This record gives sequence, structure tokens and C-alpha cells, in this order.
Amino acid sequence: MFKGQSTVKTFFTYGLICLSLIIADYQFGQMQRIRAWLSLAVTPVQWLVDMPQHSWTWLDERLQIRDELIAENKQLRAQTLLAERKVQKLEALTVENFRLRDLLNSSEQLDEKVTVSELIGVNSDPFTHQVIINTGFNGGAFVGQPVLDATGVMGQITSTSAFTSRVLLITDADHAIPVQVNRNGLRSVAYGLGQSDYIELQDLSDTADIEVGDMLVSSGLGLRFPKGYPVAKVIEVRHLAGQDFAKVLARPTAQLVRSRHLLLVGTSQQQSLVKEGVVDGD
Amino acid sequence: MAIKRPHNLWVPVVTLLIAFMLSALPMLEWVQWGWPKWVLVVFLYWVIALPHRFGLGWAFILGLLLDLLQGNYLGVNALAMVVVTFFAMLMYRRLRMYRVWQQAFMVFLLVAVNQCISYWVQGIGSNASIGLWFLLPAPISGLLWLWLVVVLRGIRRAFKVA
Repeated sequence: MFKGQSTVKTFFTYGLICLSLIIADYQFGQMQRIRAWLSLAVTPVQWLVDMPQHSWTWLDERLQIRDELIAENKQLRAQTLLAERKVQKLEALTVENFRLRDLLNSSEQLDEKVTVSELIGVNSDPFTHQVIINTGFNGGAFVGQPVLDATGVMGQITSTSAFTSRVLLITDADHAIPVQVNRNGLRSVAYGLGQSDYIELQDLSDTADIEVGDMLVSSGLGLRFPKGYPVAKVIEVRHLAGQDFAKVLARPTAQLVRSRHLLLVGTSQQQSLVKEGVVDGD
Repeated sequence: MAIKRPHNLWVPVVTLLIAFMLSALPMLEWVQWGWPKWVLVVFLYWVIALPHRFGLGWAFILGLLLDLLQGNYLGVNALAMVVVTFFAMLMYRRLRMYRVWQQAFMVFLLVAVNQCISYWVQGIGSNASIGLWFLLPAPISGLLWLWLVVVLRGIRRAFKVA
């Protein structure tokens, strides 16, 4: 039997609950905590979805031919050697940098704590550019933490649960990151456009010194992203007649759609800033 | 006197779980735009087949889980699911009488309503330009229905879900 009256009543009740939930989530930061615990309910689904790929990698690692492994090993050794040489030089440079900063009385921190994390899911909604990683607040991740891969800045964590976190990529239409041109220090803000292969600088005047091929690095302004990591490479500078601002498009250097291993960077100092509300936690 | 027999409600729950996994699969970007709304379509089947078991409460919970899975504002998908389920409950008897093609068309309309609600609500707090592409999953979900209804009916009869 169709119970007309009561169905309409329950419909309106649930509708009202939904609307108030949406408003609460939109308005109040406290919902973050509730969401963090509720997200545990869907964590198994995210793991299950990742399992085929995970087990494939596992099998692939075990079934590789010995020669291939030896060759790969050799190659990796060579790479390590090169990297080590660079690190040696870097150490000297770091010490020198510290000394020079001392001279300038600047108290900037250079070392950052890094955690390695693995991607376990991609948001299936094409309007948002988000990925899910397997480090949650139990692993030290916090909302606002910058996420990098081996080649550049990927984005920042927007919500955490116990075992997983959600990363908003720099290409998302709601994301913006303060950058500067590596060549001359020109500052700007790079906005995501919701397209997976480029971001845009909207606030550079038509006469600004920027060229195709310029490297954009994070400027560290806004206290969210650490300074000096590569963000994107300029691929197009369009001067529009009659417009005050140039249209500059840049391609992210991070492998946003391919990287599986990510780095979470963050100083505890920054975390405390987020907690105290000096930096906006959203 | 009615004979007591198992409802086998775990069967629909498993199909819904599979639907959740299908909706969370990582996809190529152009596939994502048209990826059908698995959870909604599978749930609509169970609403039409067993309206005394699956109603607004289920729709609300499933919508909330979808919101958590996709990282939306809590309640966006829940609202859309509740509205669509309400429509489906109003006309489940008519839907049962329809031919499969007509059902598919109704599913197309219902998924379109779902998409409109969820993207309209989500669009309030975002500056993504949307266009009309968000409606693409609706016709594809309609086509999916033609196949899904056969599979799910087979499952329902094989396991005697009541």
C-alpha cells in the first residue's frame, strides 16, 4: 500500500535535514571534525577500489625478470650517485645560506618535515580536481598541508580522516597558489581553471616582464606553501588589445594525473599557525 | 497465515556496494563526464521492485555516503537522492507497467533531476564554470538501465529477495 500522507511528511523531513546539513557544512568549521569520523565509513570502499591496481603493482614487482631488476638496480644506483653529489653541494650551500641569512638577520626556516604518502583514489566527479591519499590525521596529515610530488607542487589537503586525506589539486577551479617568476622574482597568484593541464595568472599587468618558458615557483606568501618549489611553466602569454591585464597560461610541473607517490610537507610551526587560526584552515 | 521466509536483504546491499565501487573508480577525464550514476540507478531499481523495503531513509543514507566519497558538502547528494526517490515512490506502480524503453526514459529524467539538484547546490559555493555537460550522465544512465534491469531482475529472482 502507498501511504501517501506519511510519505510526503517523511520527504519534507529528510529534505529539511539535508538542507540544514548543507548549510551547516558550508558555514561552520566544526563540521570538519564530524566529517572526518563519518568518512571512515567510506574508507573501505576507497581501499577496495584501489585494490586491483595495488595488487597489480605487487604482482608486477614479484614477477619481474631478474635481468630487468639488475638493470633497474644499476640505473637507480647511478641516479642515487648523482643525487648524492647534488646533496653534498646542497649541504654546503645550505650552510652558506644560513650564514648569509644570519648576516641579514633573517630568521627564515629552511628545513621542512616531509612524509611520503601514496595515492589511493581519484575523485570521480569531473568538476572537482581532488585525489585521496592513504595518510590521515593518524599519520600526521593536517588540513592545509602542502602536497608535492617529485617534480613540483600538487596541491593541499582540504580534509582529513583517520586513515585518508583529500587533496585539492592546484588545477581545481577553487584553488589559487601564490607564485613568483623564478627569473626575476615577479609575484603573482596562479588560479586553477578546472582543466587538468593548465593554470592561469590573472593579475599581471600587460607590461609585466613574463615570457613563455618562465618557471613559476611557490612564493611562500600566504603562509600555506613552502617557498621555492616549482609550480608551473609558462606556456602562453597573450596580450589583449584594450585590456589592462595580460592573459598568462602555465602548465603545472607536477604530474598531477600520474604521480602515485606524494610528499606531504609541513613544519609543525605551520600546523600550529593553522590551529590558532592565523592561517585560514579552509 | 504468512509463512516466514528470509528477505535476503543482503543481496541489494551487495549490489549497492558494487555500485559504490563502480562510481569511485578512477577514470579518464572524458569518461568521467559521462560516467553513469551507478548508485542512483541501482537504488532506483530496488525502490521500484521493493518499495516497502527501500524508501527515503535509505536514499538519505546512500546520498550521505556518496557525499563523503566525493567530498561534497554533506547533504548535497542526499538531497538529490531523497527528491528523486520521492518521485520514484510516487510512480513506482506506473513504472512497473511500462516497457523497458519507457522505463529507461523515466530513469533518464530522474537522473537529470538528480544532476540538476546536486550541481545547482554545489555551484553556490564554487566558481567552476559548468555548462550543460553535467547532464551527460543522464542519457547514459538511461541506456544503462536497459541492461541493468535484466541483470538485477535476474539477481532478485535467483536470490528470492523480497
